[in-house]
Amino acid sequence: MAAIDIAGVSKIYTGGVEAVKSVSIDIADGEFIVLVGPSGCGKSTLLRMVAGLETISKGNVTIGTRLVNDVDPAERDIAMVFQNYALYPHMTVYENLAYGLRNRGTPKAEIDARVAEAARMLEIEPYLDRKPRALSGGQRQRVAMGRAIVRKPAAFLFDEPLSNLDAKLRVSMRGEIKRLQKRLGTTSLYVTHDQLEAMTLADRLVVLNGGRIEQIGRPLEVYHAPASTFVASFIGSPAMNLLKGVLEGGRLHLGTHAIDLDYPAPTRGPVTVGLRAEDLRPASAGEQALLFRVDYVEELGAQRLVHGAVEDQPLTVALPPETPLASELAIAIPMDRLHFFSAENGKRLQRRGETDRTAMAVPARPQAVNLESVS
Amino acid sequence: MSEASPSPWPSPRARGEGNAADNGASLLPAMAGRRWPAGRMRGRFKDQGRQAAAKRVQFASPFLPYLFLAPQLAIIFVFFYWPSVQAIQSSFYLEDPFGFGSTFVGLTNYADVLKSTEYFGIARFTAIFTALVTFFALAIGLLLAVKADGVIRGNAAYKTLLIWVYAIAPPVAGLIGMMFFNQHIGPLVEFARWFGWDIKVGLDYFDTAFAMIVVAVWKQIPYNFIFFLSGLQGIPVSVREAAAIDCRSELRRFWTIILPLLAPTAFFLLIINVTYALFDTFGIIDVMVKDKAANNPITLVYKVYMDGFRGNDLGGSSAQSVILMLIVLVLTVFQFRFIERRVHYN
Ligand SMILES: Nc1ncnc2c1ncn2[C@@H]1O[C@H](COP(=O)(O)OP(=O)(O)O)[C@@H](O)[C@H]1O
Ligand SMILES: [Mg+2]
Repeated sequence: MAAIDIAGVSKIYTGGVEAVKSVSIDIADGEFIVLVGPSGCGKSTLLRMVAGLETISKGNVTIGTRLVNDVDPAERDIAMVFQNYALYPHMTVYENLAYGLRNRGTPKAEIDARVAEAARMLEIEPYLDRKPRALSGGQRQRVAMGRAIVRKPAAFLFDEPLSNLDAKLRVSMRGEIKRLQKRLGTTSLYVTHDQLEAMTLADRLVVLNGGRIEQIGRPLEVYHAPASTFVASFIGSPAMNLLKGVLEGGRLHLGTHAIDLDYPAPTRGPVTVGLRAEDLRPASAGEQALLFRVDYVEELGAQRLVHGAVEDQPLTVALPPETPLASELAIAIPMDRLHFFSAENGKRLQRRGETDRTAMAVPARPQAVNLESVS
Repeated sequence: MSEASPSPWPSPRARGEGNAADNGASLLPAMAGRRWPAGRMRGRFKDQGRQAAAKRVQFASPFLPYLFLAPQLAIIFVFFYWPSVQAIQSSFYLEDPFGFGSTFVGLTNYADVLKSTEYFGIARFTAIFTALVTFFALAIGLLLAVKADGVIRGNAAYKTLLIWVYAIAPPVAGLIGMMFFNQHIGPLVEFARWFGWDIKVGLDYFDTAFAMIVVAVWKQIPYNFIFFLSGLQGIPVSVREAAAIDCRSELRRFWTIILPLLAPTAFFLLIINVTYALFDTFGIIDVMVKDKAANNPITLVYKVYMDGFRGNDLGGSSAQSVILMLIVLVLTVFQFRFIERRVHYN
């Protein structure tokens, strides 16, 4: 077990593509860090630089106290789980697990003990004598996990390990990975493009965009205070509504609507306003409201997602399933849940007196779990 | 791409994976569709039977399938079975050297062949020749393929160049190989002279054997190279990477991961190379020994030709070719029974 320090790391591929741009992450011992971002944003590249499968163009990677920039992958004391499992097809499950230990000169008895323990933990004992081709996707995934566990490495590196599984298996394996990681306390770096997976697994999230870090934070920090419109639209499902507005004289203008703010406006002039679908509800009489035209409804059982528009700007509202619907609804403005972003660069504009909702992050944890039913 | 697929031919499926999703979807497009039939022989049999039953095509007329098969069957019959039967038949007869009929002599031809010490000498040389040619052609082909594989990963230009080698090499390589040993301009002859070795191909038994083996190996290398290369390219990148994390020594990784995954390719090439060394080296031997076969090394196939067409001993020659057929049969059965079983097919 060890801390990992990624300091100003860049990757420039031959041909000049800068896939990772000066990324710094300080990973504490035992922490579960998830790198999340859309496809092609450089997550795998960053992970592979930590693994030693890609050279580091600039910056330093330190595992424990050792600078590993020029250290062989096998010497870095890491284990990696690949998206397509990358099991050795000609070896049995037992041999797959034992291979890394054998090459390190581990005594036979020790190998047997460790393989047996990992197999028990992952419930793959019945398959130890099988070849990978005789296993289902989920079982292969477990073997791949087992191969990482038996080594007792300083860190686990995961590159989208669940993307080849069906939705149901993905959810259960997700829970299992989290449970195993907590139990073993091994520092983990996990790559995914799935924001839900990221939210549910991470101690801290690293949101990447175009090779750069957009935001680092605990899942609810990122959820409640996205650092940019990119993060706002990437984290959370449905994506946060982003409306164009103008702040003027303490009022927020959204099209022809004008809303009185009960706090000082964070800026003047054009802004992007962020509204989470689940923060919206029908207005009661006399409340400040937006006139919302309903286009269509998605029934999710636990809630219904109502899609429509406020004037010409699209908006999605999450309502309890029993809410009566009409073709037009008055939607209340949750004053303290408005997010403001710069209209120019999309960066978050902190408003004065904003309650730090991330302080509630830990007790509010079940809220994140609720998201599962959405996707 | 659920699992690695080290088939002798690169499967596009095994490849489109990882970041280095290298674009040469198939190194040898023409071969991509083919599959060594041995891959289906064992283990999968039950499965395939079921599939075949499910996919069975119904023909309107019961004769139609035979009609489709007819050309293939005709070719096999005319060029293989019929000559074989003729050979077996004439191996029991003594042909009059002037063509005035033949006499049935039973197993005399076989007895003559098996009693001849000359024949056993040639058989011994054939065995050594085949073993050496197969070993070196495979080993050098593999070595070059491994080196090339390291260079061309993701480099399409190199890949194309290497396919040219395959496209032009075998016949030209044969010619070039002959020229190496030319008494007047051969660079190898020149080179050997530096060390005081005066190579006399066609005159000295050992020199001729040496030249034969070198040229036969030389000619077969491009073929082995290209198959090994495509086999190597078919090994998923992520499996290599997993191995790089699990095992520090590159050499050890080669023996424990790469080579086992190449085994189907290697097995296929082993059979091809043995067959090549036994039969397809005829041309090389013919050029080297020309008319002076008497005190030169020759292989069994060449002896069949000499006795039959030069010596006009059709009966003896036929007996030899039947013996040769039996040897090949035994070899092939052996290869499939004992080696293929140890090969991991995916
Ligand atoms: N071997 C490579 N050579 C050149 N460019 C690459 C290579 N691997 C990845 N890239 C590029 O780097 C960027 C990031 O890739 P990657 O790290 O795989 O993204 P992600 O894992 O987030 O989907 C992409 O634009 C990709 O095209
Ligand atoms: Mg990736």
